[in-house]
Amino acid sequence: MPTAGDKTLGLGPLERRLLNDFQHGLPLVPRPYAAMAQRLGVSETEVIATLRRLAERGAVSRVGPVFRPNRAGVSTLAAMAVAPEDLERIAAIVSGFAEVNHNYEREHEYNLWFVVTAPDAATLREVLARIEAATGHAMLELPLLEDFHIDLGFELEWT
Amino acid sequence: MDLSLPRLFPDSGPLDERDRALVRAVQGGLPLVPRPYAAVAAAAGMSEAEVIARLRRLAAEGVIRRLGVVVRHRELGYTANAMVVWDVPDDRVAGLGRCLARYPFVTLCYRRPRRPPAWPYNLFCMIHGRSREGVLAQVEQLVRECGLDALPRAVLFSRRRFKQRGAWYGGDARDAG
Repeated sequence: MPTAGDKTLGLGPLERRLLNDFQHGLPLVPRPYAAMAQRLGVSETEVIATLRRLAERGAVSRVGPVFRPNRAGVSTLAAMAVAPEDLERIAAIVSGFAEVNHNYEREHEYNLWFVVTAPDAATLREVLARIEAATGHAMLELPLLEDFHIDLGFELEWT
Repeated sequence: MDLSLPRLFPDSGPLDERDRALVRAVQGGLPLVPRPYAAVAAAAGMSEAEVIARLRRLAAEGVIRRLGVVVRHRELGYTANAMVVWDVPDDRVAGLGRCLARYPFVTLCYRRPRRPPAWPYNLFCMIHGRSREGVLAQVEQLVRECGLDALPRAVLFSRRRFKQRGAWYGGDARDAG
């Protein structure tokens, strides 16, 4: 059992390596999990079973591509200032849109922050209008103008 | 509300219809089966070899920026998540953005438009940490080392997470993981 303050969260060495070492560069070969297994010195079955377990406990969101914003579709960050007593209701309406992929409460007068993604600009515009109509709240629309980050994943620290 | 959506990256040609079908088939993640690209191929109506070739090209062109395990920070103990924003003179944004993006704890770093008077900030970064104190110390480090001390800023820690999953590019919403 993990103890309080145990940064490994009870994760074994294989789980930790799968989480940390394969955030990019998944092999583009017919059997990628077998290629990973070879590098890890375990079986393909073990890699797949461990990834499934990590997905079940929520540590892995998915295995797959992360698209650069505004290339595979168009997206924007948006923010609303919502009365605290109304936040849960408004957040649920926002989350109900399939086009909303992230939706968080943050500590600010603008307290509801979400990302909307659509296949093209016209659809995005229409979805933003529908969200405003459904919530009765105007939003700040904050599309990405320049990306400074090179995404190689996130280095996890276990100790 | 400004609805202009500039094209942000040098065009390597628009995605064709088969690329879009592929994006829809993989947006929820690859299946955890021995031949995941073959499974995607069946959903996208193409061969396994075509799926692999198209993914390779999309990655080379930067449409896909990484292909691999997507972790959920909160579930891995990174419970302190802050969006840190600055109001930076326009001619300094790119230099400061590149400085912030170099730090391993900065997971995203973008320029976005100001929306005065409500929203004066134009440089955004995201920090994931294990504690609030740790994240605030990292913000101080960024301020010191990138020379941001005189610039207005706000630190917006996240409270509740209402929704988190991959972006959705059309098709059946249930496919999105």
